[in-house]
Amino acid sequence: MSTDTSLVTRSHEENWLPIIELAVEEVFEMMVGSRVKAAAQSEHKPNEEFTAMVGLAGALCGILAVCCDAKTAGEIAKRMLGDTADSQEQVADALGEICNMIAGNFKNKLAGTDDRCMLSVPTVISGGEYSFHSLADGTCLETVLLFEGTPIAVRLQLES
Amino acid sequence: MDKITALIVDDSSVMRKIVERSLRQAGIELEKVVEASNGAEALAALQSNKVDLILCDINMPVMDGLEFVRQAATVEKAKGIPIVMITTEGSESHVVQALTAGARGYIRKPFTPDQVKEHVLPVLGKKQ
Repeated sequence: MSTDTSLVTRSHEENWLPIIELAVEEVFEMMVGSRVKAAAQSEHKPNEEFTAMVGLAGALCGILAVCCDAKTAGEIAKRMLGDTADSQEQVADALGEICNMIAGNFKNKLAGTDDRCMLSVPTVISGGEYSFHSLADGTCLETVLLFEGTPIAVRLQLES
Repeated sequence: MDKITALIVDDSSVMRKIVERSLRQAGIELEKVVEASNGAEALAALQSNKVDLILCDINMPVMDGLEFVRQAATVEKAKGIPIVMITTEGSESHVVQALTAGARGYIRKPFTPDQVKEHVLPVLGKKQ
């Protein structure tokens, strides 16, 4: 397949935010058993104590990250495991899988991209005392969704 | 329905638990659940367990799910055991590769227990 398709797809990336939000909503509904709703970023800023990241390579290069506070990450893990999430390792594993499924669901919704885009295994950082420096200098799409009233940020940082 | 032994292969322990729960919700009675976190561990598990069903992720470290399916096809103890992929990789080429290698079903993550039921019961020869 030629790179022309990739260029056509990338030319619409300003319209991808609703696709990301739909991908997040579906993952939470099916795997967490909870509905999330997009919220105004200016009013809701999560305390980023947990950050899960999945790398994208191929037709799309960049990183998809999911950030939330520790209590929210713990609640997500509990909902996924049915109250048996009792360690930080399980919480990190759960958030990493959520990020992985959002990235996969998102790329599967982009016509012509799913076949030519690979995902890395997830990485999860706990603790908020870090700075994020991406070598990807392209578009950054960010949305905030409310899970049980608490904000979760989802960020897609793409290489230009 | 007879009780079965399932081998669940995923690098996420959380996902292995969710897959196990989904199997139970699908009405599949589990005698035993064997867990493996990659394809190499799954091949080793096949040597020491009598398995009736394998559910396998694709993106895993050490040995991915597609390589596992290819290698399992050459393992005597794995012959005839249905393999169903459960993965975030939803592309047509991944589905074709998995089915060509010998997988009998393909479930995309995220999934519902009903989807697990829909794809797993037929490969076990059970009616939904």
